[in-house]
Amino acid sequence: MSKSGIFTSSLAKKYWMALTGLFLITFLVGHLLGNLQLITKTGEEGRRAFNEYAYFMGHNIFIKILAYLTYFSILAHACIGLYLAVQNKKARPKNYAYNKPGTNSSAASRYMAILGTIILIFIVTHMANFWWKQKIAETVPLHYVENTTDMQIGQDPMTGAPVTRKITLQSALTTNGNYLEVSAKDVESGQSQELVKIKDTELIDMNTNLHKAEGLRDLHTVVMNFFGHSEQGQPANEYALIAVILYVVSMFVLMFHLWHGFGSAFQSLGLNHRKYNGLIRFVGQAFAIVVPLAFAIIPVMIYLNR
Amino acid sequence: MASKTININLKIWRQKNANSKGSMETYKLDNVSTDSSFLEMLDQLNEQLVNERKEPIAFDHDCREGICGMCSLYINGEAHGPDRAVTTCQLHMRKFKDGETIYVEPWRAKAFPVIKDLVVDRSAFDRIQQAGGFVSVNTSGRTMDANAIPIGKAEADKAFEAATCIGCGACVASCKNASAMLFVSAKVSQLALLPQGQVEAQQRVLNMVKQMDEEGFGNCTNTGACAVECPKEISLENIARMNREYLKAMVAAE
Repeated sequence: MSKSGIFTSSLAKKYWMALTGLFLITFLVGHLLGNLQLITKTGEEGRRAFNEYAYFMGHNIFIKILAYLTYFSILAHACIGLYLAVQNKKARPKNYAYNKPGTNSSAASRYMAILGTIILIFIVTHMANFWWKQKIAETVPLHYVENTTDMQIGQDPMTGAPVTRKITLQSALTTNGNYLEVSAKDVESGQSQELVKIKDTELIDMNTNLHKAEGLRDLHTVVMNFFGHSEQGQPANEYALIAVILYVVSMFVLMFHLWHGFGSAFQSLGLNHRKYNGLIRFVGQAFAIVVPLAFAIIPVMIYLNR
Repeated sequence: MASKTININLKIWRQKNANSKGSMETYKLDNVSTDSSFLEMLDQLNEQLVNERKEPIAFDHDCREGICGMCSLYINGEAHGPDRAVTTCQLHMRKFKDGETIYVEPWRAKAFPVIKDLVVDRSAFDRIQQAGGFVSVNTSGRTMDANAIPIGKAEADKAFEAATCIGCGACVASCKNASAMLFVSAKVSQLALLPQGQVEAQQRVLNMVKQMDEEGFGNCTNTGACAVECPKEISLENIARMNREYLKAMVAAE
């Protein structure tokens, strides 16, 4: 390694921006495919598929490594990017009285730092709304389903006919794919009885105090309610419309950021060849339009189907 | 073709010396031939100023045939003015309209401090060049003829295209980050593409980039403004080549 340093030289910083940027581009693909389940699957099946997917994403070791790489990439991309933006401002202490940058460069390329800052703010709020609740605060409730059935509690001594009561059984979806009954409630009297103890996501046997199963968190309902689709008896977010609009605006910002960023990353890594430049530009610009648009459709659809 | 004349208004940066503040001043110039070059127009304005017993405007110029790289000037918001692939001496007044107001400013960059009026100090480029933009040759009397090594036409052309950089600094002036990447990459490329340049290739790119950073130029964000405004149409391919060369050297150099 030369004395130029892998962090300090102007070119090394470009490599870091390019590598972290490209990694985040691959992250977008995975995240989008996961999110699309919110609108491609419906009902209890969709809810279950999404929550099982969310559990998998939080517990698979390979995904965990990718997650830490993603956190690192976001932080590094933002920090180096902001540092570069400050340095670049310093490189021209006095601005032109009259300047026409539109004649020689695209607006997206000139506003990368501002677009990136908006995206960073979006990521922070986005993580506070979902990631924080699911992984840090652990305030996301378990995935419950309720079934009301006529349950036989005895037999009429005179006629021998069965005596039934309406009982609502609440079951939690567990990591092994079953629904485990956690409480029973008599509909007429309103009396309810816990069938298992619940500690965080752990379902514990009442009598033996042994671990019975692990419940899945219901992130699906949190997301649905956040974007205005009332589910599982939870009130929908009253600011859902604002949330949807801000989400869509953020995706437009992402679109412009990717419009320049995708191809720029290749150039920074020295991957510029007349044979492939056209392909890189085409794929980059198609990606910049399709991916943010697909992301934006999800909350819009949830809101419209509320 | 009959020569036409136009009357123009000029807003020109005046600055007494490197330490003074400077400001945009307004001038009026009549009867400018549309066949005159932009520098000839400034000569005409200076003559008018001298006749009025005023200090003429200082601006850089030398060959006046587009090869020396001395003329600079940020004209109407663009390096070397609105035309493409020209230096300021090759820019003609027919590109401007009668009655138009034309802004003339010096290159703006921390690494290019203003000396006086429109003249900036571009010696930062010289120091980058001195840091590695050369090939060491034994001159003891047994110097080998450069043409003794056969070089393919395609490679020779690419090296020549990079070597057409005249070091005028339009790339720095146009770049929103005042980055010198196009200049440095052209100087790296013209040698990296040739067998003679291979011997010192790794140390060259490391040293030139290091000097570029020390001079206070900004970082490249691939806006591409430099290549559009370059009077010699140096391609962004050169920047990519320098990125490759540097990456290779950063990882592998002793």
